[in-house]
Amino acid sequence: MATHTLEFERPLLELERQIEELKRVAGETAVDVSKEIVPLERKLAELRQEIYRSLTPMQRVQVARHPKRPYTLDYLRTVFTDFVELHGDRLYRDDPAIVGGWARLDGASVMVIGHQKGRDTKENLRRNFGMAHPEGYRKALRLMRLAEKFGAPVVTLVDTPGAYPGLGAEERGQAEAIARNLLEMSGLRTPIVTAVIGEGGSGGALAVGLADRVIMLENSVYSVISPEGCAAILWKDASQRERAAEALKLTAEDLLDLGVIDEIVPEPPGGAHADPEAAAQALEESLRRHVRQLRKLKIEKLLARREEKYLSMGALSEK
Amino acid sequence: MARMAWFKKERKPRTTERVRLEIPADAWEKCDECGHIDIKERFVAALNVCPNCGYHRRISAQEYIDLLVDEGSWHELDGKLRSADPLSFENYPQRLELARQKAGPLEALRSGYARLDGMPVDLAVMDFAFMGGSMGSVVGEKIARLTRRSAEKDIPLIIVSASGGARMQEGVLSLMQMAKTSVEIARLQQEGVPFISILTNPTTGGVSASFAMQGDVILAEPGAVVGFAGPRVIKQTIGQDLPEGFQTAEFLVEHGMVDAVVPRSELRDTTARLLRHMAGRQPAEAAD
Repeated sequence: MATHTLEFERPLLELERQIEELKRVAGETAVDVSKEIVPLERKLAELRQEIYRSLTPMQRVQVARHPKRPYTLDYLRTVFTDFVELHGDRLYRDDPAIVGGWARLDGASVMVIGHQKGRDTKENLRRNFGMAHPEGYRKALRLMRLAEKFGAPVVTLVDTPGAYPGLGAEERGQAEAIARNLLEMSGLRTPIVTAVIGEGGSGGALAVGLADRVIMLENSVYSVISPEGCAAILWKDASQRERAAEALKLTAEDLLDLGVIDEIVPEPPGGAHADPEAAAQALEESLRRHVRQLRKLKIEKLLARREEKYLSMGALSEK
Repeated sequence: MARMAWFKKERKPRTTERVRLEIPADAWEKCDECGHIDIKERFVAALNVCPNCGYHRRISAQEYIDLLVDEGSWHELDGKLRSADPLSFENYPQRLELARQKAGPLEALRSGYARLDGMPVDLAVMDFAFMGGSMGSVVGEKIARLTRRSAEKDIPLIIVSASGGARMQEGVLSLMQMAKTSVEIARLQQEGVPFISILTNPTTGGVSASFAMQGDVILAEPGAVVGFAGPRVIKQTIGQDLPEGFQTAEFLVEHGMVDAVVPRSELRDTTARLLRHMAGRQPAEAAD
């Protein structure tokens, strides 16, 4: 447990330990300790709120990468029902870094596709830490086409450090696979809603993230490059990641300001990993609302709006 | 005596000095690849391809424009677009200023319309000298506008890419240019207007993962490095050296990712022939 505690969460751990200790003593001696516990718990809640209110961008990155943070398969259990997983790109292999299949939201069928990180080393090796190969993006596209064919909306959940930069990935056309998805998603004749639930790692995130609505969990991040990568390139020093995280404007709030996302989904105090149920509830409410709104649009209008949305992105002057 | 004078040769004193042909030092150039040394003019005459080993040197956007379009037919578009530094990213305005001094004011991509072998074309060319050909809002917008023009006027689109990827200094807005350009290219393809993508050294990151790999036909210059991740990043990830020739244009053809490797000297002709095929025109010889 202690290994999963982030540096800035240490003060919380201390209070939690005190409360645990009191409860243990109370259990053993049958002494009423509620008088002592209640103020401690209040203090814990306040402290947690205070810490999470003033997270630095790099601390948010750490929360977004938290090993206990809910992943796609967790939300498939909590937000969706009736999930049937589908595998493979029908071309090369199944990429476990991306999962997908039919599920129900609000009782109706949707196609859910998301990056999947591993919970332990063994699973992470299999899932490649959520970094997909081309076959992962091609599986995603295959499932989107399936959704289009049967008139179901697509919901994608983004949580990846990025597209995998390896030999096989390059040989099999990593760039082509991402480029293809962007092209096809531009004209996919069914609603697409994307939720960034953890790390939005550059092209590997966008490859399943070109959508009619893009929402972000409060403590998730979305960036063109990791803070470490940016610092290494700009200042030849990966330890300058705080500075880079600040400069890159990668928090949900920043992205809302920049007009890149449509909504921030609030997380419970202490982040989604502190209360996964509450996080799932908030995500479900938002996804339902957006899917419901988009379903009402005529397909031509939906596509025209999708196009307008992306054409408006950027910051220019023209004198 | 006068007769003798006819034979007599007036002897000039022979100088022992040899007249040295003065070739200024900057007339010579060396190939970065094979070390071949030759006079600059021969490199220039060969379109900056090494006369010895065929290594394709990087050339400017202007040189590609001169190479590809009919003389005097180029009309620059959107030349006034400038980046607005949306993140107030440290040193970005200074870096932009430096890039303008180095590569000219027209950003990492120039766009315009012209004629190629008499045919109207819309052409965009990236310039690696401008911040590594990185794609920010200006590059994305120029591509989007030009592609829209092609779709609306039914004019074939040609894009010559050279880029290290998305521009970090504009953060996630740079990333979104991948989506922006894709949305327009999707529309172009729906309209059935030809798009030829030409990849030059290097084409990686956000540019290769969007419009550069979306061409109806994709050509690459010999030896050009093309991929998603740059060779350095991959080397770091896998912790070993990359195989010889990995991610070169030739490697990509072998793996089925691009249509053909085309030497610079044949780029114009090949592009013209492809356009005639895709626009349902007669070959050049048969045309009037």
